[in-house]
Amino acid sequence: MNIAILSGKGGTGKTTVSTNLAMTLGISYVDCDVEEPNGFIFLNPFIQKSEDVFVGYPVINEKECVLCGACAKACQFHALAKAGKEIVVFEKLCHDCGACQIVCKSNALSYAKRSIGKVESGTSKEIQCFRGILNVGEPMAVPVIRKLLKELSSEDHLVDCPPGTSCNVVTALKYVDAAILVTEPSEFGLHDLKMAVELVKLYNIPYGIVINKDDGKDNMVKAFCQKNEVALLGTVPYSMEAAALYSKGIMLCQDGNHKKNFINMAQKIKEAFAW
Amino acid sequence: MKIAISTTGQSKESQLDKRFGRCEYFLIYDTETQEYKAVSNNGVSSQGGAGIAAASQVIDENVSVIITGNLGPNAFELIEKAGIEAYSCEVLSAFRAIEMFQKNQLETISSAGNSHQGMK
Repeated sequence: MNIAILSGKGGTGKTTVSTNLAMTLGISYVDCDVEEPNGFIFLNPFIQKSEDVFVGYPVINEKECVLCGACAKACQFHALAKAGKEIVVFEKLCHDCGACQIVCKSNALSYAKRSIGKVESGTSKEIQCFRGILNVGEPMAVPVIRKLLKELSSEDHLVDCPPGTSCNVVTALKYVDAAILVTEPSEFGLHDLKMAVELVKLYNIPYGIVINKDDGKDNMVKAFCQKNEVALLGTVPYSMEAAALYSKGIMLCQDGNHKKNFINMAQKIKEAFAW
Repeated sequence: MKIAISTTGQSKESQLDKRFGRCEYFLIYDTETQEYKAVSNNGVSSQGGAGIAAASQVIDENVSVIITGNLGPNAFELIEKAGIEAYSCEVLSAFRAIEMFQKNQLETISSAGNSHQGMK
């Protein structure tokens, strides 16, 4: 079983909830927020394996190229352009679709590979940890997320997703069986939560909500859960003490009261997802 | 000779748009026929590579000169390789910008600006 942790709004506590739940449940943690993977700061695993992620890009053979410009016209991503006596390749914009190679009548176009990031795995305490890292300056995260999730074993995994509802999250959700949406009781949190709920619904998977920075009152997120009959799987209280532990890189589940809270949350998740 | 100006509208009175890749229109002035033609910028609705789309379009229109505000790195590379001269201008009506170019009052764009400057 793979469970996605997503949020819509950034900074609501996806990584806090996923690292603590992974430790509490004793299942592996997968950080696919590859633009800024930060779960390893808390889990601090010993890295045993690191592999580059490669993507293709077109290379023009100038001797064969007749400058017809068909490749540039075929490219939907503007990765190729004809300028003067040259076809200019913008390799970062290439989606590796192969259209340019198909339309080239002069056989002047081949594909080469370049690395855009890496996938790492290791062990922390008793759990397996995985993460993808996108190199700084690279615009496309999807190939890294795909490689990371495609190669997971059939065991149980908690998948810490990127924020938002972009291609990156859409890709991650293709590999999961259930989803936990982490939010905060603020207008921004609720606004983006609604978008995340709409996205998750498309996958026909069970899902529920965890409220972080919960004020303990009947707030707008609780009202949303009731109105829309979405399971509230747990809350993490808004407290100076939680913030202080976090700032030192200490996991909440290592602390007595918080530990009980995450055990309860884990139990509710198992019930909600019939797992 | 053809001159392309990045503009917000389709007439010669339209204001120059300092954004190249994300401008609404290119107003193309032919110095021989003294006629204006407006074309919609393909880059404006592009998800990425707007500067490349816009540059490819003006290259296909066979212009020799571009008058705009700034050029991003990708657009600059293409314009330079295509041998097109690029000039920087303040926000003025298109015909005033052409007058200034013809009187040699505009500065050449000799280096690329930052990427994504034209995003709204």
